[in-house]
Amino acid sequence: MATINVIWYAGASCSGCSVSVLNSVSPDIKEILLAELVPGKSINLLFQPTVMAAGGELAAKILEDAPKTPGYVLIMEGALPKGEISEGFCKLVPDCMAVIALGSCAAFGNIPKASPNPSGSVSVGDCFRENKIEKPLINIPGCPPHPDWFAGTVFHILYKGIPELDSLNRPKLFYGGLIHENCERRPYFDKGKFAKKFTDEGCLFELGCKGPYTNADCSIRSWNNKTNWCIQNGHPCIGCTEPEFPDVLSPLYEPLKLKK
Amino acid sequence: MKKLKIDPITRIEGHLRLDLDVDNGKIVRANAGGPMFRGIEMILKGRHPLDATRITQRICGVCPTSHSMASARCLDDALGLSDKIPPNGILIRNLLLGCNFIQSHVLHFYHLAAMDYVRLRSGVEAGVLKEEWGPFFPQHKADYKPGKEETLHLLQDYIKALDIRRQAHELLAIFGGKMPHQMGIVAGGVTMKPSADKIADFHFRLLRIKDFIENSYIPDVLLVAGCYPEYWKIGASAGEFLSYGALDGLFAAGIVKEGKIENLNTKEITESVKHSRFKDGENKHPSEGETEPQPEKEGAYSWVKSPRYNGLSCEVGPLARLMVNYLSRNPAVIGDIEKFLKDSGAKAENLNSVLGRHAARAFETLLVVREMEKWILALEPGGEAAVDYKIPADGEGVGLTEAPRGALGHWIKIKDSIIENYQCVVPTTWNASPRDESEQPGPIEKALEGCPVADTDNPVEPLRVVRSFDPCLACAVHLIGRKGNSEKFRVL
Repeated sequence: MATINVIWYAGASCSGCSVSVLNSVSPDIKEILLAELVPGKSINLLFQPTVMAAGGELAAKILEDAPKTPGYVLIMEGALPKGEISEGFCKLVPDCMAVIALGSCAAFGNIPKASPNPSGSVSVGDCFRENKIEKPLINIPGCPPHPDWFAGTVFHILYKGIPELDSLNRPKLFYGGLIHENCERRPYFDKGKFAKKFTDEGCLFELGCKGPYTNADCSIRSWNNKTNWCIQNGHPCIGCTEPEFPDVLSPLYEPLKLKK
Repeated sequence: MKKLKIDPITRIEGHLRLDLDVDNGKIVRANAGGPMFRGIEMILKGRHPLDATRITQRICGVCPTSHSMASARCLDDALGLSDKIPPNGILIRNLLLGCNFIQSHVLHFYHLAAMDYVRLRSGVEAGVLKEEWGPFFPQHKADYKPGKEETLHLLQDYIKALDIRRQAHELLAIFGGKMPHQMGIVAGGVTMKPSADKIADFHFRLLRIKDFIENSYIPDVLLVAGCYPEYWKIGASAGEFLSYGALDGLFAAGIVKEGKIENLNTKEITESVKHSRFKDGENKHPSEGETEPQPEKEGAYSWVKSPRYNGLSCEVGPLARLMVNYLSRNPAVIGDIEKFLKDSGAKAENLNSVLGRHAARAFETLLVVREMEKWILALEPGGEAAVDYKIPADGEGVGLTEAPRGALGHWIKIKDSIIENYQCVVPTTWNASPRDESEQPGPIEKALEGCPVADTDNPVEPLRVVRSFDPCLACAVHLIGRKGNSEKFRVL
């Protein structure tokens, strides 16, 4: 059986991406960790700070030893703030086969990088450009990302290699369309029926919905075992999968004014 | 005397390191440091006030709902809406926070703490786990006490708990849209009116989760307690406890000082930065918070500040809530508490301990679920769930609540209709705080003093102590404000 080692590294994050991955329904988290994700292939999650058994030296040693078994997939959760954490990440990059920047912080900088960026945070892509690193990079943005986007991408890597990516390194499979295109409230938009305050019926555009700007499939996929999603719950999309979140898309509750 | 560094502390939220002095197999001094910060309070300055609810949630992906609750209450106060939120809005907010308690506590006991108490190799022998497979191996060598059958039972419940924790998020999504970072709680109420089908859906999912809490979670905590009775005596903090109170009286507000309950006066809270990586200044109330990063400051070892109540270092969280409820004889729960102490065999004088924290957490999960059963059936289908509002030019607000990990407070100042200042004092800032001017240790540091360390290569005992607090460092280290920096962020 082929084993693909995975190292999951955390930077300036809130752990929401870890928790979102725990919400995966099919495959569920137990299957992701212990089953053959693709027949004959399993992932071995060597390092994941939020759930791993080891701590202290015993955990630190796993990272030190990582270069001895090159070819692992490196998952980055969180942005890269100036200092130790970024240095630790950069040491792990040369021996990996690909980096998955999981969540909007790793993919684009997100909240930590938001103005005035007090921690000097950068995204994985920025870090690669600054340090002239050339490694395959897959961005899976979202705050947090949907567990299907993660599980589907990992499955794709094991099954057929790196999936087709858009210009922002996002898998087209998940980020190929706009929220707006398949939104259940789209008929209201087309008819010009707009919600004026929370709990109103109608399109949420005037309450600040960023659906017309946001590439993601939430409007088809739904969230948490297809229980609900932001717009179905009467809350405008805040554009959390986009590099412009949160600065350019603020104020979040005011209608979108896009520069053409 | 031996110096022992534990870094990273895994199976907590975020980045934490311990520097310990160990003498004759016991810890004589502990420094707990948060080595990272994001500066979310600085990021909030100059933004639209309503954005705070979405942005502060992102302080923490494990307890985002508590931050949105504190933030919405803070905005309600600043916008003059506190007494105008419709009953449906209050009930749904409470239900969402309740779901977050279930999710967070189940995650904590099974997926963050339990591996400290079971020999995972037994899981390989039983065919549940794979040989030398991450994230379960390597595991520290230690005095794992549960027998083979008990270990297997706990491992099976670890796996069952993965489903239950996920279901708690699905439950939350019914009125919260999605999790983590729910999209239901907003200033003025919530975004969706309840309907009969959602009420029924929520109710029956909740009952399924309740079954697990009653028949697995609580018995499993007591099983672990039965195997490790010495942990009723290990990990005591100084014994000062603080709770802001929340969830309509389920948790009383109060402060426990030297074993006695006193009324809480939040004006008594100040923050010290003596050993934090910020420029020294007068210790001020959080609403006046004024801090400048100074990474290289001499004597500083943490990005966490040191909140103090009238100078005292207070523990917050499930144990603090239990102590405040117990000593204030909170009529809503005192009967349940006494019954729990009797049934579990836990003694009140031993609650300030590693096992006391786990027991308090499990017990309050059941209390929260029972209240949720009442709240869900008190909803009025189709009734109003939010009020409309205008953003004032100027205003101030405070939002206090209880997060799964303890007392959570947000403070806002609005000027020219944008955020002039925003401050959060979060549970782990209290629990993981460094020493202050009088060298008084924070609660985790204090709880580590006297803790045995049998093998410094496998320091499981201090890890058990630290994890009993369920620290959330992402929350604790984001809390930096800087005055006079009100850049505008409007880009479009």
